[in-house]
Amino acid sequence: MTALPLWFALVPAALIGVGLYGIVVHPQPLRKLVSFNVVGSGAFLLFGAVARRGAAVPLNGDPVPQALLITGIVVAFCASALAVMLILQLHDRSGDTSLEPAGEA
Amino acid sequence: MIDALNAGIALLLLALGAYAVMAKDVFAALVGYIAYGLLLTLAWMQLRGPDVALTEAAIGGGLTGAMLIAAATRLRDRDAAARAPMPGIGARVLAATLSAVVASAVAWSVASLPEPAATLAPQTLAAMPALEVGNPVTAVLLGFRALDTLLEAIVVVLALIGVWSLAPDKAWGGRLGRLQHAQPDGMLAYAARILAPIGIVIGMYIFWIGADLPGGKFQGATLLAAMWLLVWMAGLTDAPAVDRRWLRAMLVAGPLAFVAIGVFGAVQAGAFLAYPAGLAKPLIIVIEIALMPTLTLVLALVLVGPPLREPER
Repeated sequence: MTALPLWFALVPAALIGVGLYGIVVHPQPLRKLVSFNVVGSGAFLLFGAVARRGAAVPLNGDPVPQALLITGIVVAFCASALAVMLILQLHDRSGDTSLEPAGEA
Repeated sequence: MIDALNAGIALLLLALGAYAVMAKDVFAALVGYIAYGLLLTLAWMQLRGPDVALTEAAIGGGLTGAMLIAAATRLRDRDAAARAPMPGIGARVLAATLSAVVASAVAWSVASLPEPAATLAPQTLAAMPALEVGNPVTAVLLGFRALDTLLEAIVVVLALIGVWSLAPDKAWGGRLGRLQHAQPDGMLAYAARILAPIGIVIGMYIFWIGADLPGGKFQGATLLAAMWLLVWMAGLTDAPAVDRRWLRAMLVAGPLAFVAIGVFGAVQAGAFLAYPAGLAKPLIIVIEIALMPTLTLVLALVLVGPPLREPER
């Protein structure tokens, strides 16, 4: 059992908050996507901190959350790639990436 | 000393994450995000997750950065939304309040986690000898939680199908992505020639060593995908056409082999994805080898994008 450093619990929480703010206020989809990934990495870090708490000799961390994290990072990347392609498609078809309905933008 | 290092990493992470979200300029924000991804790798090392750190270094620091920069470059010319106004001050205060409330709730729930911490580490260690795999993370990925890994392999193929489905009708059957133009004797082509062979060897090593030490198919496949992307961006090779049979066969081979072994387990050992005694290690190796080409292709081709050129007839 290892005492978890406080900052590895509080910083992920703050990252989730910062990313959420970015998702709400940014008008550009690409900036929203980056903010979304900041939220995601905050959640991953939190999960990693929980894995570290579950350390048991001789392991330095609980391998079950660590394995799920690897799966999660790969899936998050593929989802982000799909989102980027959708944004580029929107740009190619409409000439901009505004999320406003046509006519109001 | 270690505490100071941890505090430094944590504060820098927060600062870079905030910069990636808040920076005025899109490119500055993306560069901040790439630095953030690399720093996350260090954080994973400090959290004693070397397998996760390898994945993060390859994907969070490498592929994601390349993808975002490429997208921002293509959007730059006529990006009307880049000049769209931020919401008013009232909306921003509301958003900040909401975010602060969510962050506080998360922090509070972390602070009130049960003591002693719940852990599956002893159970994992106790059950590992049956799998004959030395790396506990690999044992979880392909043994105890193999169903998650199977579903993930299917999900990444679905993501690629999603990307391909954005193809214009007339380009269906054509080569993927755009033709890459780079100087044949330029720096990029030189780097691709020198780096790709080294990267392929390291990728295969990380893949093979994953049974016993940090590493595995995800990290190895990401590295191989990055090496192919480098060669592709340098114009030394071109992407395959979307209707190539070998391409489609390799994309589904990994998940299909995984499902077949799962059904074999259902017949032989009484449960889907159970391994008959004594056969665990060989079956795990078969799954890893079958998944490797699928993952490499998916991770590279989601960055290349849908087919955009008309088929050559």
